[in-house]
Amino acid sequence: MRHTVLLPLIAALAACAGAPPPAAPSAPAALRAGLDPVVEAYPSTYRAAPAERVAIVGATILTGTGAEIADGTLLVADGRIEAVGAGLAVPEGYGRIDARGRWVTPGIIDAHSHLGVWSQPDNVEAQNDVNELTEPNTAQVWAEHSLWPQDPGFDLAREAGVTTLMILPGSGNLFGGRTVTVRNVPAMSVQAMRFPGAPYGLKVACGENPMRTYGGRGRSPASRMGNVAGYRRAWIEAADYARRWDAWRRTGTGDPPRRDLQLDTLAGVLEGEILVHNHCYRADEMAVMLDVAREFGFRISTFHHASEAYKIAPLLVRADVCAATWTNWWGYKMEVFDAIEENAAIVDRAGGCAIIHSDDAVLVQRLNQEAAAALSAGRRAGLTISEGEAIRWITANPARALGISGETGTIEPGKRADLVLWNASPFSIYALADRVWIDGALVHDRSRPEPRHSDFLLGQPGQEPAR
Amino acid sequence: MIARLALMLLLSLAAMAAGPARAETFLIANARIATMGRAGTIERGSILVRDGRIAAVGADVAAPDARRIDAGGRIVTPGLIASGTGLGLIEVRSVDAANDRATRLPGISAAFDAGYGLNPDSLLVPVARLSGITRAIATPTYAEGTGAERLFAGQAAAVTLGGQPMLMRRGVAMVLALGEDGAERAGGARGAALTSLRAILADVRDFARRRAAYDRGETRDYLLSRADLEALVPVVERRMKLLVSVNRASDIRDALAFAREERVGIILEGVAEGWRVAAEIAAAGVPVLLTPVDNLPASFEALGATLDNARLLQRAGVLVGFQGNGNHRERELRYNAGNAVAAGLAWEQGLAAVTINPARIFGLDDRVGSIEPGKEADLVIWNGDPLDTLGRPSAIFIRGEAQPMRSRQTELRDRYLPAVLPSPSQGAEP
Repeated sequence: MRHTVLLPLIAALAACAGAPPPAAPSAPAALRAGLDPVVEAYPSTYRAAPAERVAIVGATILTGTGAEIADGTLLVADGRIEAVGAGLAVPEGYGRIDARGRWVTPGIIDAHSHLGVWSQPDNVEAQNDVNELTEPNTAQVWAEHSLWPQDPGFDLAREAGVTTLMILPGSGNLFGGRTVTVRNVPAMSVQAMRFPGAPYGLKVACGENPMRTYGGRGRSPASRMGNVAGYRRAWIEAADYARRWDAWRRTGTGDPPRRDLQLDTLAGVLEGEILVHNHCYRADEMAVMLDVAREFGFRISTFHHASEAYKIAPLLVRADVCAATWTNWWGYKMEVFDAIEENAAIVDRAGGCAIIHSDDAVLVQRLNQEAAAALSAGRRAGLTISEGEAIRWITANPARALGISGETGTIEPGKRADLVLWNASPFSIYALADRVWIDGALVHDRSRPEPRHSDFLLGQPGQEPAR
Repeated sequence: MIARLALMLLLSLAAMAAGPARAETFLIANARIATMGRAGTIERGSILVRDGRIAAVGADVAAPDARRIDAGGRIVTPGLIASGTGLGLIEVRSVDAANDRATRLPGISAAFDAGYGLNPDSLLVPVARLSGITRAIATPTYAEGTGAERLFAGQAAAVTLGGQPMLMRRGVAMVLALGEDGAERAGGARGAALTSLRAILADVRDFARRRAAYDRGETRDYLLSRADLEALVPVVERRMKLLVSVNRASDIRDALAFAREERVGIILEGVAEGWRVAAEIAAAGVPVLLTPVDNLPASFEALGATLDNARLLQRAGVLVGFQGNGNHRERELRYNAGNAVAAGLAWEQGLAAVTINPARIFGLDDRVGSIEPGKEADLVIWNGDPLDTLGRPSAIFIRGEAQPMRSRQTELRDRYLPAVLPSPSQGAEP
């Protein structure tokens, strides 16, 4: 739904792309977008690779809507899901894949990744572009301007069935900058990976990281209350900025307000065009952040890490905020001391939007296993959850959080054909992605491994196939 | 229904174990037993436990007087062993006061002994144990900001994750980083690390012969403190192995050559590119510890990292043990083994790499690692596959004592679960 907000915006902007805001606008409605005119300046150049018509027949299909279809048939045409169901006839002209005994799911979506902005080899300082630790508010920076499409991590994630990722700035700042949502395709530029029409996100961070970063330098924020004062000060400025732009648009007289990259992003949030992705572990801090959002009239899309979401699951449900978390991570700092394996399962059963994310170049390769561990823990706790429901934690729910659920995240007619064919139930530790499709184009075939895309690996020792 | 009854029995057993339970005589019957010993897997058998040890195991074990625990056909394995962890030494990684895994004290490097300062009440212990881990090799690490004064991190200790004392065996290995870390520590170059190590071992040999002269001040100056020299004597006498972390193929070769020339025993840890020199590692009879999911080219010494590593090393005849994902994430140890199996390792080899193999690597196989008569009764009864996330322990015994099926995390869960699970009758299983 949020996703559709942006499409008319892009259309409106097409008229004035590349031009400074005119002094006497004739169409105030179009100029509303003047707060974020750069959407057209850094456009997505992603084009789906050529795709054949494919029929996947006989698989157990977890559609991402909660349903599980036994002995299902899935038809893909023009890069989109054409039909899905049990016992569908396969029309002429479709390449038939015998998937009996195998499983099909939507392509995995990682709602929290730093691939490309903290690239392999990640112990090399020059590969770390993830945090602009120069000011606590760096809402002006964009993750995509750090993104290196040659990060070998993208290849490994693709082989594991990850078709879409949101790449975020780090959490050292109160406002870390803009996120970018990408298709996990081999590319030479970030523009060629950008998910067309996907809204931007703003990375906001609670807790220990910003206060440690700046408190250690003897400046604010040095405490959680300093964090919150920092957010509120910024939102006051952003609201003022947005108001000045609105007033100028309304009157259409005089010089437009001077553009400010930092405030552009924050005002974009206030306008509902940029989604807030809030790194926040503790229940009490999430509750405070919901109040901050209410004070300034914006929505928080997702709390990331959210290890205490289980303590306030009903509150998160009422606020319609997703909780993106892990299953096994805990204890590496105080604010993650109370993380439990059942977190996602409890949020889910409370009626919330539970997401399993990675934040890690190894874990992104087995989000299905991390979801399985959460499912297992939930069942141990007496919660009744099906595989069909649990698969949403790494497909439909992250799509919703990223504002792209109209396009991907489930196997429904009309959606992009982002698909994984697994050799076993994706909830088995032994499951491997046999084939992966993005927009109906085969991007990985385990039976026919190809050299990896990343130029970094080329010619390096150890890259000959391991036999 | 029978399974349910068996579960109730296990639950009551777990409840009994709330305090320090006394080891009793009991028989785990109707089990599929992965002994990890010569008997292989016994499809349907029993394990007799007496005085905390395994008295008998087999398809036909008579024990009319023993209390009988029906495993309901479930799989029983030895307790898992987590190698290279901070269990017992660390509570919160970022809290210095709760992290005893590393020291900055000058003159205490090789002498630093992870067997001191162990905390059996650590909240990490039950969390790891609920994933079937019953023993661990607690290893020291390097404190941030330390360098050349600290070539050795210290001595590893084998620990028990239930009952007292926590310390199982002191000094099971001497921890040493080579490769990039070792080079950094030696001022920036690999060659400097290897050279200074050789000089140190020469000092240690000299010291071992001339302690009295050293104490009279009649020896040349040694590079290390007296405590460190003393700690390294077992290494040069081949009574303690060096646990050498190394990843690049060439670094592995250098470590093998170093061990051969200096006549010291080594265990290799990390070995991201081990598969490229697997035959050489096997020929040297050197065992390895690795994390099978580490497939990233995460450094210039791990460019050849691959999920095939474990399988290829095992196939070459190398004794392979697996590591978990560190401290709080040790419970993923068995998932790591499952991933190695997914990458082509045999299931039994995957389980061996978290049970009998680490026991052999650290010289503990006389006591743990397999279900064989005489060994300490570390046993796990599993609901499902021990290497799969959907499998979970339903009962855990350490030295014959049933362990509580609780952790602080399950207590947090049970405090908040009612808000989303209105019907408590659904009840939580362990």
